[in-house]
Amino acid sequence: MRMVSFRLLSLLPVLFGICLLSFVLLALVPGDPVTAMLGLEADPAAIVALRAKYALDDPLPLRFLAWFGHVLTGDLGRSIQTGRPVLATVAAALVPTLQLGAAATIVSLLIAIPAGIVAAARRNGAADFIASFIALCGLSLPSFWLGILLILGFSIALPLLPSSGYAPFLSAPGAAFAHLVLPAITLGAAMAAATMRMTRAAMIEVLSADYIRTARAKGMPRGRVVWHHALRNALLPVTTLVGLQMGQLLGGVVITESVFSWPGIGKLTVDAIFARDYPVVQGSILVTATLFVLINLVTDLLYTVLDPRLRPRR
Amino acid sequence: MTARSHWWQLLSEPRSLLGVVLVGLVVVAALLGPTLYPYGPDTPDFLATLAAPSAAHPLGTDDLGRDVLARILYGARISLMVGLGSVVAAFVLGAPIGLVAGYAGGWTDGVLMRCMDVLLAFPGILLALGITAALGASLPVTVAAIALVNLPVLARIARGQALALRTLDFVTAERALGFGGATILCRSILPNALSPLLVQASVLLASSIITESYLSFLGLGVQPPTPSWGNMLHDAVGFLDQAVWLACFPGMAIFLTVLGFNLLGDGLRDRLDARDR
Repeated sequence: MRMVSFRLLSLLPVLFGICLLSFVLLALVPGDPVTAMLGLEADPAAIVALRAKYALDDPLPLRFLAWFGHVLTGDLGRSIQTGRPVLATVAAALVPTLQLGAAATIVSLLIAIPAGIVAAARRNGAADFIASFIALCGLSLPSFWLGILLILGFSIALPLLPSSGYAPFLSAPGAAFAHLVLPAITLGAAMAAATMRMTRAAMIEVLSADYIRTARAKGMPRGRVVWHHALRNALLPVTTLVGLQMGQLLGGVVITESVFSWPGIGKLTVDAIFARDYPVVQGSILVTATLFVLINLVTDLLYTVLDPRLRPRR
Repeated sequence: MTARSHWWQLLSEPRSLLGVVLVGLVVVAALLGPTLYPYGPDTPDFLATLAAPSAAHPLGTDDLGRDVLARILYGARISLMVGLGSVVAAFVLGAPIGLVAGYAGGWTDGVLMRCMDVLLAFPGILLALGITAALGASLPVTVAAIALVNLPVLARIARGQALALRTLDFVTAERALGFGGATILCRSILPNALSPLLVQASVLLASSIITESYLSFLGLGVQPPTPSWGNMLHDAVGFLDQAVWLACFPGMAIFLTVLGFNLLGDGLRDRLDARDR
């Protein structure tokens, strides 16, 4: 418990830093949001009113304090484009992103864990060489290119799956699944590569442990030793990696969502940047970074729960 | 072990060899390609727009009739420039920050590393996007944005090295002899911390090239008419059902380059681990 509260406290300066950086970044923007909204030939009175509404004429530190105060109460301002509250906009975009993230994680685990185990069990054999090389290729593949290739293959050459868009799961589960397949594979492939390498490394380490030799010496079949005894222990570091990757995924979605026009937080950020919708850019960056930090914290804590050796001694 | 035998070992392993060959090819293509190849990256051929690969245009042409191979060769320069520039900048800033933080400890360490933590708290691509959104998309901004993403990674490694090295006897001896902190850092700690930093730098080169292509693909990196592999793919998306080659070749170029740097980085790390053992 003491460790948890210490970790939570040490998070505070980082969260403050995130707020500061998100604010400063967007305060540096050269263009004028008011001109972007109203056009170059706008009524001067309307310009003044709008500048006052968003406090755009105050000095920077004052604007930060005012903004930070609002952030603390959960008020991230309103979208310049739509007039809707930023927090609601970001929260609505999080739903598709979470669906995509969960699907991508499932895809990656289905590929990576079996491949990693086989590679480790047949270490330095042909299967290991091929699996490891494919994993390295996966790490080197720019995800948007994989996405484009998948669209070329499965939407254009063989028109099986939609190349863009989104359907909600509750009202149209079939269409929702069809829309999800290509983005999930695109996003999951890079994760799978890293997870496979970690699974392989962890399995190799565990397989050389004394208790594995003992199990084999007792006459236990090789398959049972690998899948039953070794896998459980090897999955510990893999769990951490998968947790950290879920954080990284928040960056990966920016690209994948843009390729497939998936209406999640990544696409929201990019669209807002092009529309010069500062409050939305700021809000989505802030929410993403905060989620990223929290996911990493939970992963760290989960690791100590899963591995009794890391718990503090009383 | 001498530097020469290190290279020899690296080249005797097939995967590292492939990495060295791929990286070598890209470097040669970037240096010589644009000067040797007859077409310029911006020369339009209006009689051959969206032409499929042929003898005249080996990788085809785009919607303005520009030669795809010429643009890929020129794009190699841009990719390597952005990759190298952002890693070198991150190294020049990050290594001293990490070394000073690790060596000095206490408040200096706390403040410097919390700043690095804030940078690490953003998924890399998002931080780069934010910076580009703020400063406007251009080549220097892209380099600076990716450098800032790389900075905390190198700083953390440098700090770890400094923490480990500062307790060793030869450093204690130099302190006892009255050498100042700056002298010890430059003369003793930096040279010993260099190899893990260089291995990480080679891995960061790969990720920086990918990040540049992401930014340019989104339209927030290298701006047209300057060709970059990312913005070529951005343009290709509009012609997916008419000109497959526009989407295939620039992506292949990114993939092979990044694969080369990853293979090289893996090989270097294995060599370094072997030496540590």
